[in-house]
Formats: sequence, structure tokens, C-alpha cells
Amino acid sequence: MTRMSRRARRRVFAGVGVAAVLVAAGACSSDSDSGSGSGSDDSAKVSGTVTVFAAASLQESFTALGKTFEKRYPGTKVTFNFGGSDSLAAGITGGAPADVFASASPKTMKTVTDAKDAAGTPSTFVRNRLEIAALPGNPDKISSLKDLTKSGLKVVLCAKTVPCGAAAQTALEASGLKLTPVSYEQDVKSALTKVELKEADAAVVYRTDVKAAGDKVEGVEFPESAKAVNDYPIVQLKNAENAAGAKAFIALVKSAEGQKVMSASGFLSP
Amino acid sequence: MPGGRRTRVPLPGGRRTGAPLPLLLPALVGLLFLLLPLLALLLRAPWRDLPDQLTSAQVWQALRLSLLSATAATAVSLVLGVPLAWLLARTEFPGRGLLRALVTLPLVLPPVVGGVALLLALGRNGVVGQWLDEWFGVTLPFTTTGVVLAEAFVAMPFLVISVEGTLRAADPRYEEAAATLGASRFTAFRRVTLPLIAPGVLAGAVLAWARALGEFGATITFAGNFPGRTQTMPLAVYLALQNDPAAAIALSLVLLAVSIAVLAGLRDRWLTAS
Repeated sequence: MTRMSRRARRRVFAGVGVAAVLVAAGACSSDSDSGSGSGSDDSAKVSGTVTVFAAASLQESFTALGKTFEKRYPGTKVTFNFGGSDSLAAGITGGAPADVFASASPKTMKTVTDAKDAAGTPSTFVRNRLEIAALPGNPDKISSLKDLTKSGLKVVLCAKTVPCGAAAQTALEASGLKLTPVSYEQDVKSALTKVELKEADAAVVYRTDVKAAGDKVEGVEFPESAKAVNDYPIVQLKNAENAAGAKAFIALVKSAEGQKVMSASGFLSP
Repeated sequence: MPGGRRTRVPLPGGRRTGAPLPLLLPALVGLLFLLLPLLALLLRAPWRDLPDQLTSAQVWQALRLSLLSATAATAVSLVLGVPLAWLLARTEFPGRGLLRALVTLPLVLPPVVGGVALLLALGRNGVVGQWLDEWFGVTLPFTTTGVVLAEAFVAMPFLVISVEGTLRAADPRYEEAAATLGASRFTAFRRVTLPLIAPGVLAGAVLAWARALGEFGATITFAGNFPGRTQTMPLAVYLALQNDPAAAIALSLVLLAVSIAVLAGLRDRWLTAS
């Protein structure tokens, strides 16, 4: 019990650390958000630190977008807190100050909107699809979801409680397949890791994770994934210290340029 | 729990009853800091739904597996750890200090790192694991045996340290006397040393068992998470927290109760003995 509470606490602490930086940096910039409702492209108003809480699967693409943002608005800094959507949402509802929340599922976003911590309505900015991650060279000749049910094959899935597991479950149900994995992993990255280390033969993960893993795994698309597409909502938070920065960052993510970065990582447009 | 002692502040020997304020205040804050989270667990527990939560099949499955694997891990620790402790305490060889430090490494190593190390050593593709797979067709990750190994890896140092300390405190002249009477070194160990250090072994075993019961990081990394096979209580708590906090609190209460029972059981034999 102590171990996991320590883990959860560490995540919250990470958020608090980010918050401390934000408070220090935001003190001089928070006065700029008074008239931010009208002009969205007024770069003169965007300054200071923007704190973004984002799902772990967004790490690669958002890090790239953060650099673009800092270049476009000189003097700004984007600080990320990547983690499981659930724990991020828990951090936000628990009072961890952040400007933007980008979640991997509408369900986790709903925790934040239900707690009235969001400013405005969340909007879907990308969608993610599942893919099978097989060993390099696909030695087990996996070509469909059904192939995963072959006996002797070690398959890992995400736990049903996390978004990737829920999506996998939907896809399996849609195809009427019954799959017994060797493990229900606690998040998508650890499911992928088991294949990267060759401990498992295959995992059902997001397309973006397969892409990020490079040639350590081989991606196999399957048609049922179309029935289990995950929406990624993004929203500005009510307690945002840097509302102008939050607006500008969300605008960048949803812009044509931002969408190009997202699709290069394997995300689908909404 | 020693929670009821907060107000009385008894001192050993009972010479002075009033503790100086600069000591008393931080001490009370410290005590509160340690007990408050546990108290919160009790306060926020869904007592009304508790019977339903605790009689669910998955909870019993996880609890049973936890008790079983922790006991097996303790057995492994006893069989391997007591001789190891003896080696460290009773023999002289170059590099013994270093070896002793290495044995205690899992005490401070983050358990997740331990799990990764186990995967790289005993995994299907691991340094030793690939031969186990090739020669015997044995793969350890994702199995209950894997859980036991992960728990033993983290828990055994507790036993070794405890037994080694007891061995150092025990008088070696009893063994020497046994040797002069014709006993072999192993007989002396079995008939003289072992009974002599039994309390230390027992305390170490209980400590190792409790540590194994609470083990999370190495288990989920090395053995994965599958209900009934590798999902122990701590793993069940962690995953329940993702979507059903009430269930997580209920499961935590069970582990808390077991831990308190262990400490209560240790009180007479161990805490007061030392």
C-alpha cells in the first residue's frame, strides 16, 4: 500500500513542483490576461510560463509543439507534466495549478469538467487508434486480431480501467473474440515495454506508441480498431495563471501546423 | 497501533514525565504525520459497502495469491538467506564487506529497478532466462513463480540482515565447544547455532513476509498483472484506484489490517526482545 501511495504522491509532487515554477514565473505575467477574451492572435499578450498537463501518449508530439510555441512567442516557456490521464485529472481536481489539460479520453476529461475546473468546453483535437505491436520481423505471423488468440502466444493488454485497455476491450467485443492475455498492464507504455523486451509476443497499444517505438516493434493494423477510436480532448483550466498563454497553446495544437505535428506522430485528425 | 500513547508520553525508567517542548512539539507533529494518512483511510472507508467490496471474488483471489506468494517468498528467503547470513557473519574472505553491501542493495533499490533487473536476468530473453526457456521450456515472467521470485528478491535482504545481526551477537564459543566435542561444522550449526538464533530468524522471516506482502514495483514489472495468477493485493489496489477509489480503499484496509496483525504478532517476540 505504501508503495503505490508513494507513486501517486510523486506524481502529484511533480505537479506541485511545476506549480511552484509557475507561481514564480507567473507572478509577473498574470496581469496580461485581462483583455484576452477578444484577440486570439495578439502575440504581444502571450508571455510567461504555460503549464500543460498532458497524457503520456502525447509526450513526443507535445514536446515538439512546445518548442514551436516558445519560438513563436519569444520569452515564453512551456512546462509539461506528462502522465496517466487519470492521475493528471486527479491532480487538477486536487488543486494542482495548470493552464491546459490534454487528456487521452473524454471520461478522464469529464472528471475535470464535473469538478468545474475547466474554463469553457473541451474540444477534441486528435484521435488515436489501436494497433498490434508485434516482435520485429513479426516471427509469429500476426496479421489480425484473431491471430492473437492463438494458443501459446503471449499477449499483453492494458488493464480495462485505463483508456487503452477499454479501447482494446471494445475492439475485441466488436469482433466477438475472446482473448486471454498473460497480463493486464497498468498503462500503455508498460504494455509496449513487455514486447520491446521480447517478454511478450504482442501487445495491443496505440498506433502512436508503435510509431514512437521505432523498429523495436512491428505494427500490425487491424480493421476492428476503427470501432474503438479514442478521442483526445483539450481544455483551458479555470484556475489558469496564464490564460492568454493557455489560449495560444490550444490554438497552436489545433492549427494546421499543430495538426501536422500530431499526424506525424500517428494521430488522426478529429 | 501505538496511537493511544500520544497524550501520556511515558519515558523508559519513568524518571521524568515532562518532555521539553522543543522535543515534544516536533515529536507530536511527526507522530501525527505518520498516523494521519492511516486515520484518513479509516475515516474515508466506505464502511457500508465494505462487505460487498470484500466478498467479491477478485478481492479474495488477490488476497489468497498475496498470502500464498508472500509465504513462498519467505520460504525461499529462509532456505537461501540463513546460509547466506551465516557466510557473512561467520567466515572471513576477501571482499566480504563489499558482498555484504551488495546483499543489502535491494533494500534501497527502487523496486521497479529490481523488476527491470529481474527481467533482464530471468526474463524470456534474459541473460539466464533464455537458457531456462531453451533447455527446460521454463519462462518466469507472467507466472506465479515470477511473483514469488520478485517478492523474494526484495524481501530476502531483510531476513539476511536480521539473521546476520543475531549471529554476530551470538557467542561463537558455543559452536567451538560443540566442535571440541566432535560435532562437524554443519552439525554445530544445525544443533547449536540455529536454536540460538531462532528468535532472530523468526523476526527476519516475519519482516521478510510483511515486505513481500506489500511488494508492488518489482512484481508488476517482472510478473505483470493477471487476476488469479500474478495480481497480488497491492497491484489490485493500484488498478482499482484508477476507476473505483472506493474499492481501492477497501482493499487498502485489508492490507492495513494484515500489517497491523503482523506488528501485533511481532510485539512480544521481537520488539520487546531487542
